[in-house]
Amino acid sequence: MVEHGDVRVVHRGGSKINFREPVISNDSSFLLCASGDCVKVFSTATEECVHDLRGHSGLVTGVRLRPSNHLQVYSCSLDGTVRLWDFTDGILIKTYVIGYPIYSIYTSANHEGVIFIVTAKSDQGSELFQLVAVQLRQCAEQVVEAREFSAVLPDVTSKPAAIDFGRGGEYIASVKAQQLEVFFFKKQKSYRFFLREDNKKGGKNTFTCVVCHPKDDCIATGHEDGKIRLWRNFNQKKEYTYSTMHWHHGAVGSLCFTPEGTNLLSGGVESVLVQWRYNQESEKDFLPRLGAAITHIVVSPDGALFCTSHSDNKITIIQSCVKVSAVIQGLVNGDGVRTDLMVDPHSKAMVLNGKPGHLQFYSLQRDKLLYNLDIVQQEYIHEEGLQQFEVVKAAFTSSGDWLATVEERQQKSADLELNLKLWAFDEQTQSFVLNTTISAPHEARITAMCFCHAAGSQTTMLVSTSKDGHFKAWQLAEAAHTQDEGSSSSWSCDFVGSYHGLVPESCCFSADGSLLAVSFQEVVTVWSPSSWELLTTLSQPPGAIRHLCFGRLSCSKYLLGATDNSLLCCWNLLTCSLEWSTAMATSLLLVDPLSENIAAFCYQAGSTDLFVFKPNEPRPLFSQKAVCSGKVNRAVFAPREEMLESCEESSQWLNRSQLYFLTPYMDLMTFSTKAEEDKLMASSKQLVIDDSIAMTPFSLLLGKHRQQQENQDPLSVLSAERSPLPQGSAAIKELLQTPAHVLPSTSFLCSLFVQSLLISVTDSREEDKHVEEEMESDKENSDEEMESGTSRPEAGSVVDQYVHAADRPLTKAQIREVRRVKKLDQGWMSNILDT
Amino acid sequence: MGEFTVHRVRFFDHTPAAVRALAFHGGSERLALARADGAVELFNFNDNYFQEKVIPGQDGRTVEALCWVGQRLFAAGLNGEITEYDLENLKPSYTVEAYGGPVWTISANSQGSLLAAGCEDGTVKMFEILEKKIQFQRNLDRQKGRIVSLSWHPTGSLIAAGLMDMIRIFDAETGRATHRLLVDRGVGTSKSQEVVVWSVLFLSDQTIISGDSAGKVQIWDGHTGTLVRTHLVSKWDVLALAVSKEEDSVIAGTSEGTIIQFQFLSSTVAQQEKEWIRTRTFKNHSHDVRALVHTETAVVSGGMDTQLVVRPLLDKVEKNTMESSLRKIAFPHRSLVCCAKKAGLLLFQFPEHLELWRLGEGEGHGRAGDSLPVKRKPEKLIHLKRKGDDQICCSALSPCGGWMSYSTVSSVRLYRIQYDDNNISITKVSKLPKSLCSVHRLCFSPDSSKLFAASSHSSVVVVALNQSECKHLSTLKPKSGSRQPVHLLVASEDGKWLAAANTACEVHVYNLHTMKLHCTVPVFRSCPTAIGINPVTSNLVSVHADQQIFEFSLGQKEYTEWSRKLQKQGLHSLWLQRDTPVTHVTFNPRNPAHILLHDTFMFCIIDQSLPLPEAKSPLYNQMMLRSLPEAERVQHSHAFKISKNFQHLLCVSLLEDLSLVVVERPLLDIMSQLPAPVRQKKFAT
Repeated sequence: MVEHGDVRVVHRGGSKINFREPVISNDSSFLLCASGDCVKVFSTATEECVHDLRGHSGLVTGVRLRPSNHLQVYSCSLDGTVRLWDFTDGILIKTYVIGYPIYSIYTSANHEGVIFIVTAKSDQGSELFQLVAVQLRQCAEQVVEAREFSAVLPDVTSKPAAIDFGRGGEYIASVKAQQLEVFFFKKQKSYRFFLREDNKKGGKNTFTCVVCHPKDDCIATGHEDGKIRLWRNFNQKKEYTYSTMHWHHGAVGSLCFTPEGTNLLSGGVESVLVQWRYNQESEKDFLPRLGAAITHIVVSPDGALFCTSHSDNKITIIQSCVKVSAVIQGLVNGDGVRTDLMVDPHSKAMVLNGKPGHLQFYSLQRDKLLYNLDIVQQEYIHEEGLQQFEVVKAAFTSSGDWLATVEERQQKSADLELNLKLWAFDEQTQSFVLNTTISAPHEARITAMCFCHAAGSQTTMLVSTSKDGHFKAWQLAEAAHTQDEGSSSSWSCDFVGSYHGLVPESCCFSADGSLLAVSFQEVVTVWSPSSWELLTTLSQPPGAIRHLCFGRLSCSKYLLGATDNSLLCCWNLLTCSLEWSTAMATSLLLVDPLSENIAAFCYQAGSTDLFVFKPNEPRPLFSQKAVCSGKVNRAVFAPREEMLESCEESSQWLNRSQLYFLTPYMDLMTFSTKAEEDKLMASSKQLVIDDSIAMTPFSLLLGKHRQQQENQDPLSVLSAERSPLPQGSAAIKELLQTPAHVLPSTSFLCSLFVQSLLISVTDSREEDKHVEEEMESDKENSDEEMESGTSRPEAGSVVDQYVHAADRPLTKAQIREVRRVKKLDQGWMSNILDT
Repeated sequence: MGEFTVHRVRFFDHTPAAVRALAFHGGSERLALARADGAVELFNFNDNYFQEKVIPGQDGRTVEALCWVGQRLFAAGLNGEITEYDLENLKPSYTVEAYGGPVWTISANSQGSLLAAGCEDGTVKMFEILEKKIQFQRNLDRQKGRIVSLSWHPTGSLIAAGLMDMIRIFDAETGRATHRLLVDRGVGTSKSQEVVVWSVLFLSDQTIISGDSAGKVQIWDGHTGTLVRTHLVSKWDVLALAVSKEEDSVIAGTSEGTIIQFQFLSSTVAQQEKEWIRTRTFKNHSHDVRALVHTETAVVSGGMDTQLVVRPLLDKVEKNTMESSLRKIAFPHRSLVCCAKKAGLLLFQFPEHLELWRLGEGEGHGRAGDSLPVKRKPEKLIHLKRKGDDQICCSALSPCGGWMSYSTVSSVRLYRIQYDDNNISITKVSKLPKSLCSVHRLCFSPDSSKLFAASSHSSVVVVALNQSECKHLSTLKPKSGSRQPVHLLVASEDGKWLAAANTACEVHVYNLHTMKLHCTVPVFRSCPTAIGINPVTSNLVSVHADQQIFEFSLGQKEYTEWSRKLQKQGLHSLWLQRDTPVTHVTFNPRNPAHILLHDTFMFCIIDQSLPLPEAKSPLYNQMMLRSLPEAERVQHSHAFKISKNFQHLLCVSLLEDLSLVVVERPLLDIMSQLPAPVRQKKFAT
């Protein structure tokens, strides 16, 4: 098997942002969170991702501010490195090579030049973890080997919430199972406190998290049974004491003290943020309806912002415990995705289970959740162990005009509640509107569902197969007798088919819609949808067919089927005979809608291999062993926005569309080529320079201005500001690309242009003054427009960012802004930026 | 173990009264407990929480507060009197009228010279404590509203009083009120109701801690009279407060049955400055916690649910020891049931009356564990109400069932009962010897010809019973001259021996033929809780509060071989860990090697012929033995055969026809008779 060096499995988009607790910068303007292999920097005001800190080659497992410099941040990763970043500029400052996978990182203001990391105990595999202190040497190099470890706590858990530093870093508290351990650095002594495994009332005493009071010697611990204990007097073996507070009915997910220690925040599965008054525990405030279980709580250093991470991959920013001011939503990964991964043809968004009872539309290009479509339309109750309606199947037509969903609720084993819903796309609202609800479409669970893909056909047809032994065809029928013609069409059952009482497992339409293949156990039946005539049966016993798909384009004469006894068969429909078959434990068979390529995920010996092939070619186009551990059950080909021009044979299959798949741990992975990565790196570099200043409309424009000085000495920003614009710089490009009718008079532009070509030897102040005068005249010309331009920067800032990335010409108003900014005295600003 | 027909008796409606007040004497480790019916019980915490003494109550005299002054115990109640108890004769020694209406609280200063009583009319009355009596000294400034709680400053110069809506601080010297601390009323509807300061504590650093009916525990600065901090701990009342001796921990009992601990802690490790912080919450009661005591190692609480709970503070005691286990004392440690072995009658003692029952009869035979059909139902023969105000302190029924006797603090009554067919006649024996007064314990001889009555100074009065008259035969006195009351009295089956145990842990054995003291069993450190004389071997078996068992040969006047072996090997650790004392020892006349004993939760037959259990072998092995084949049983069986089939046992007795009488009083039955507790919101209801 050939190893393809240039195609790599990466986290790209949709990675968890709730994996580790986020970090709020000292001025509360940025929120940093670990997300896959990078650290994302969000603006707390606009919820937008400002930039990614890329560099780690493994999963990032922790982010901490550097105590001695609050503009720098440490991040640690499973790749065995700790990296120090300047997060405002997005620059990697240093890389410390530790050499072992790091599971979490801690810093303490009291320990200068030391970081604390949790690593696996090297000899006993990954079960046992230890907390070690790492001395960071001061040196000038970029990559530093840091191998001076000293063990602090020998037995900890890898959960970051299970360790916290106490008042001023004097001690460290760690919880594991039923044990709390407090280690005092000064005395080098540790105290251990145990709880009984189960108290009499059946509550579980297991610790879930720990947090230390910032001013007092008090440790708060959260427990499995929802209790919060406040420990005091823990500097002695016996006379320690604790008080218990109990509000949560589920496990306490996270705890956090406010910076002054006046309040304690807690959250859990109830999705309620509880604020306890320290020392007045009977009084508490609640912020309910946060949407999903709280996994992390963070408070900004000034105490103004609270930030909660939720289990549905969401970060909520809350202002002073009363108002949700921003929601950063990642790809919702619930406990399991039950629908297939799909691509919405309209929005090009990936569609899968989202919030409970919803379908989410997630834009992979922009790595952003577009919206959640409420399918179930029932209140979700936040409690474990309840059986509630879930969306289990969904399908789009190829045009994207119709969406079919199946929701089910199974209480006990007896009564299954099923609903088939059909949604029509509404052009006006650009979303889906419920058209038909069919309750109990089948008597048993629906196994597969697909739309007829035929582009030219008049009627839209949906076929669903069920465990009750039938497959049903549903058709959009015009109800003639109703007056209102517009909304009269609804879906009804057109045909019920079965085959010898066998259970249909999967179904598939051919690309032109003329054939329908339904697999009944080991038999594949081929039907004609127009006449509902059984055309032929194909079978390759033994082994029931699990996956079926027709080939596309030039290979549309082939029908592929994967059986559960690891056989992949390809039938030729013209000859009605088996073309070829191969032994392959296929867990998923996927057709690229834009090419003939078919991807097969094969589960073998604990990991999944990928093969991409054309049905008519004997050699696979691409194969990779062990793309991930565990079984891959969900994957999708997402069409690319613009075609990739890759000439390498092994990566050509990725040119038209990108293959995404979900690992068993609900991580969305994709395949990326080298060319693509290079491009991405380049664009991120660009972005970094754009956003070196805080995201205000003013700074955006200023940043644009600074972009021109990129190639110059960064140390002399002041002088750079005065230096002439180089030939072909962005500003001149903008001038040239702006439509002529919006430009100022040529005489004005000419002088400006000529001036830009001059080599500046004069005093900068003179030049400034010069521009100033010119701007004055300009201002007089279009005073009105200026005002309209300045009144919309707030709303425009988001747009601006994208405009930037796409390198499109500036609008007229923006050019005016640029000029106006130039006119202003920027001395003070550049001073700030320098420092 | 042997098979018995068991009379399972559940018609003894014994219901203890609610706990009203507690007082702890630190020096002797004794706890005084007052119940709602006025009875006062004394528990010895050094001796496995054994209930040593019970002073019966009196009608119309409730106890609201108890107070130790040195070794003297004072009580005050809503009848407006202050009582001192005679702890040797188990009766009130004198009462003093306070002349201030009902007395809500009394408190003695630490010097033991003054006793302050808070009265309904708003006065705090000071009594001087003299030897043998107390004398009214003076009133402090009279307040509007009743004085509900009092607390002395440890120096004795100041006294804090809890009233309605406020706390007053008095100068004990001048009697002037120096501070007035206003207590907030509750919020909402209770705003219009005045708040009662149920309990107040005055600490040595002049901190005042109060608990009130609005559910608050408040901490005040006594220097300035300002509120330092309020802890809202309950939706209902905070009824009781107690402080540890070191003044680093305060506990508060609430109407919800919870006890909340506050500790005096420094907020950071190195810092000296401390503050009161709410820490633990204990919930061991279903009803109001009315009284609290903070001992050095435990929280002792009692309330409406009639149980005394000793909750050890785990930070003060060694883990996994006797001391670290929670104790609930629900049943009295003395016998309230008397069984006439020959007649099959049961006498139940209540504070107000006596009940005489005839046991039912079953028929047929069944296998072990079967319940037999009842041929004749048990029958209540006599319901005898007591005369006078004093509650019954002891009672006895003769083995033939022909005599019945009971005693109150002031008098003894003896009844002759005659059964002719279905008619029962009861006649009071009118002429009793003068020596029968102030009796602590009554006992009939096995042939029903004599009545033994334990009287003051450990003496035993022997009265000969006859159809016509009762004659004082003799008064038996121990040589030790102990003044402690006798709490156990038992006569041997052959009528030769009489053993009497007193609370000074002495067991005296008298020869009834010679009417002389035969011998005194060597004094053990722990009080005997049950004694019995083996009818065949004449060995005295005594079981003590620390669960030790001794067998003393009366003939040889020394411990028997078996007893020495038992002491040498030591008792099984599980046996020693039981937390209720053995209250009866009886013997199987068929098999003299069998000793039958029981405590509240188990019934045990000790077979002296079998080897003693090894320390590692299981003590409760009856179930296991049953599953083994016959041959292997022998090597696994040991002397202690324990049955836990019966729970909450008040009496186990062997009748003459070798059927067993088991008197049970399920705790749930007691709970069901209690009033409903305060309503509490329960999660998910």
